[in-house]
Amino acid sequence: MSAGKTMNLTLHVWRQPSGTSQGRFVTYPAPDISPDMSFLEMLDVVNERLIAKGEDPIAFDHDCREGICGMCGMMINGQAHGPRRATTACQLHMRSFEDGDTITIEPWRATAFPVVKDLVVDRNAFDRIIAAGGFVSTHTGSAPDGNAIPVPKTAADQAMDAAACIGCGACVAACPNASAMLFTSAKVSHLGLLPQGQAERDQRVLKMVATMDEEGFGTCTNHGECEAACPKEIRLEFIARMNRDFIRAGLRNRGERAGSGGTG
Amino acid sequence: MELKANAPSGPIETRWERHKFEMKLVNPANKRKYSLIVVGSGLAGASAAASLAELGYDVSCFCYQDSPRRAHSIAAQGGINAAKNYQNDGDSVFRLFYDTVKGGDFRARESNVYRLAELSVDIIDQCVAQGVPFAREYGGVLANRSFGGAQVSRTFYARGQTGQQLLLGAYQALERQIGLGKVEMYPRHEMLELVVVGGKARGIVARDMITGALESYAADAVILATGGYGNVFYLATYAKGCNVTAIWRAYKKGALFGNPCYTQIHPTCIPVTGDHQSKLTLMSESLRNDGRIWVPLKKGDTRPPAQIPEGERDYYLERKYPSFGNLVPRDVASRNAKQVCDEGRGVGASGFGVYLDFADAIKRLGASVIAEKYGNLFDMYERITDENPYQVPMRIYPATHYTMGGLWVDYNLMTTIPGLHCLGEANFSDHGANRLGASALMQGLCDGYFVIPYTIGHYLASNKLDKVGTDAPEFKQAEQAASERTRTLLDVKGTRTVDSFHRELGKLMWEYCGMARNKQGLETALQKIPALREQFWKDVRVPGQGAELNQSLEKAGRVADFLELGELMCRDALTREESCGGHFREEHQTPDGEAQRDDQRFQHVAAWEHTGEGQAPKRHQEPLDFEYVHPSQRSYK
Ligand SMILES: Cc1cc2nc3c(=O)[nH]c(=O)nc-3n(C[C@H](O)[C@H](O)[C@H](O)COP(=O)(O)OP(=O)(O)OC[C@H]3O[C@@H](n4cnc5c(N)ncnc54)[C@H](O)[C@@H]3O)c2cc1C
Ligand code: FES
Repeated sequence: MSAGKTMNLTLHVWRQPSGTSQGRFVTYPAPDISPDMSFLEMLDVVNERLIAKGEDPIAFDHDCREGICGMCGMMINGQAHGPRRATTACQLHMRSFEDGDTITIEPWRATAFPVVKDLVVDRNAFDRIIAAGGFVSTHTGSAPDGNAIPVPKTAADQAMDAAACIGCGACVAACPNASAMLFTSAKVSHLGLLPQGQAERDQRVLKMVATMDEEGFGTCTNHGECEAACPKEIRLEFIARMNRDFIRAGLRNRGERAGSGGTG
Repeated sequence: MELKANAPSGPIETRWERHKFEMKLVNPANKRKYSLIVVGSGLAGASAAASLAELGYDVSCFCYQDSPRRAHSIAAQGGINAAKNYQNDGDSVFRLFYDTVKGGDFRARESNVYRLAELSVDIIDQCVAQGVPFAREYGGVLANRSFGGAQVSRTFYARGQTGQQLLLGAYQALERQIGLGKVEMYPRHEMLELVVVGGKARGIVARDMITGALESYAADAVILATGGYGNVFYLATYAKGCNVTAIWRAYKKGALFGNPCYTQIHPTCIPVTGDHQSKLTLMSESLRNDGRIWVPLKKGDTRPPAQIPEGERDYYLERKYPSFGNLVPRDVASRNAKQVCDEGRGVGASGFGVYLDFADAIKRLGASVIAEKYGNLFDMYERITDENPYQVPMRIYPATHYTMGGLWVDYNLMTTIPGLHCLGEANFSDHGANRLGASALMQGLCDGYFVIPYTIGHYLASNKLDKVGTDAPEFKQAEQAASERTRTLLDVKGTRTVDSFHRELGKLMWEYCGMARNKQGLETALQKIPALREQFWKDVRVPGQGAELNQSLEKAGRVADFLELGELMCRDALTREESCGGHFREEHQTPDGEAQRDDQRFQHVAAWEHTGEGQAPKRHQEPLDFEYVHPSQRSYK
């Protein structure tokens, strides 16, 4: 353990009072930081000092501080959630940095995620993508026995891999096109891999992709930055899966539409 | 005031069925004419909001996070219980009921607990149908594990992320209703006041956390599902934003607060490393299935664990409780950890830690099996402590984790304010004085999916509800009260930050109202908390303005409420002169140090009534009867 030693850092932090105002970088010294602190605890300390000096603390989103709620998220030295693989900002510890380092901290940058204040952005576009089709339409109380629908272990495991997404938005922030393909494909795949998700499989992918486009997310040009930035290691192969589902659903949907007189 | 539990009588297996039949129904065509407010989007709130909207009610749902998907329920790791008996190991609804009543140390209402056990099986079906990716066996059926002091395998899980997957199931059902226009969702809205009109709960005042605007919302009934209040201890396994504000405002408007002192200290958390620490991280107690807990036999033994030979280790839980061993209930495991550390046998730099050792399990099962079961937990541990638990034993220490206390509710989950309902961890509920592992998720979903959809209809159909709009004077008064509080907080312009007060309160609570409590300590706390509160209102520094996103202001409002709640908790703990479950009064223990109940005097729920600012709250009692599970001294030997 590194108890006792502390480090001195310099922070360049994006400050923006509100969504409609101009933002800029402000430099803050951050002396006496323990390597055992999490990144957010380091910001807590900086904020306590700012408040003591009568300045406005840095606003940032966070809640669970366990890497599961998806609320935290910021660009740290140009990387979504910072340098450590498969780690959210709240789980990143200062021992990942060196004494004397300069750290640049910015909000997610994407048209679909407008800045609210400082490092806080609005990610409700993600909720709207889910609302468009990221569910199984089942009414409370109508379910058959849990074991009436056997699910092969491999399908369950793969579905779980996709379902592990925490909706933090790092994939969008890391992508040069600000695409939400990794996020959307994770949900499409989670439900599409399970027998329960089959009835709505086509509609789901069509509606979710349409909403994704409407919300102003960019297109995927296979950079793979999203996978590298994802704190839950959601895999690119889910995007390929979604693309297949999308094409198939488009074809089938066209057929159906023609057959049913175009009510779609 | 007489507390009417409204629990049905008769054979316990038929009570809920009969009650459902006897409750009034709202005609399907009329449901859309009723508006409901649900505060909270955790398991309890999201499942309720989605199910009520499916029924046709006009629902508004509020949460303080930027999305309902982020509610604190997301962090639950271990699993959810259900009496499915899929493992054919002798489980049944009655056994789950029995275990829960006993685990709660005979301080819960039998009728409620039975209903919980009965509905547990429907929850699993519901979640599977939604596509929750529960763990499966190779044959495709659902997998189970044993968990938290149970002797049957009845826990369903999704890796170490059960809460996340259950919440996403409920969230997706909720988003579906939002998409259909049946639920209006208000994220980043914090409820600051409950509005009572003509004696009934008719709305709330919430703060838009981006603009700072105080907004009124009116409805025919209000449902609070705002989670637990364990952050009163500052350091806890809760998400940072968890608060008591919503139920505290309701308490101040007349809802009784049940058993505030019943808090759960979870035995397996990562120990504190320093003053910078902002929260404690739980390591799922499923780890106790394979990890062995020990400390050195000798005091002050600072050798690295690998150099302490077998014969000089004390596997104290296995030694003291041979039949349950490392799987004793949480309160027992926590108290024993405290005891060995108080004896000077704790490990780690602070001396407040015990080992949780996987060496034997790795030898027996292989590292890859252990990695498959607990890999994500081991990774999380390593990230935080920089130590590799495959090689050196984990260090763990108890931390506040759950609050069994909360708003008092009757069998219909209604508080003492007509129309105000309370679900999930926020109510005083079904766990008595100690909650068993994997049963909070069960209770939250039970309340939200399967109880409130029925009982709310009964309330609406049995009461004449006049139209009430947000122009009613009660709304204006509530808005004004909220706005005055905000202004006062901003105007103090003192010298200390909100966090510094919160930390100090947390230390007081942990020391005097934590794992072990005594009269003298509680009396000390009852002196110190009001003094701290006074200082807070004189010297707190809240920067910024009210009409903007202001995280210091949000925290200040929550801490102001914690400073009042802390006092009530100590008062409750002081009055309950017995030990039961998580409430351990040092004066009341058996010769071998176990909790000693006093059923003669305390076989009841304590429900506190607010009687006015600066006045002592009034304690009411709901007597508890045990017809099916006879109170006995809990023994896990
Ligand atoms: C680390 C951890 C692990 C756990 N593991 C397990 C487990 O394995 N099994 C188990 O059964 N239980 C477990 N628990 C307990 C369980 O997770 C919780 O008790 C349960 O999820 C609570 O659900 P809830 O819906 O009542 O409240 P929460 O999930 O806490 O939701 C509260 C909601 O209320 C909203 N809210 C709160 N205050 C306000 C306000 N003033 N205004 C507006 N909105 C507000 C929040 O935004 C949120 O949406 C665990 C708990 C922790 C901390
Ligand atoms: S704060 Fe929850 S994921 Fe970081």
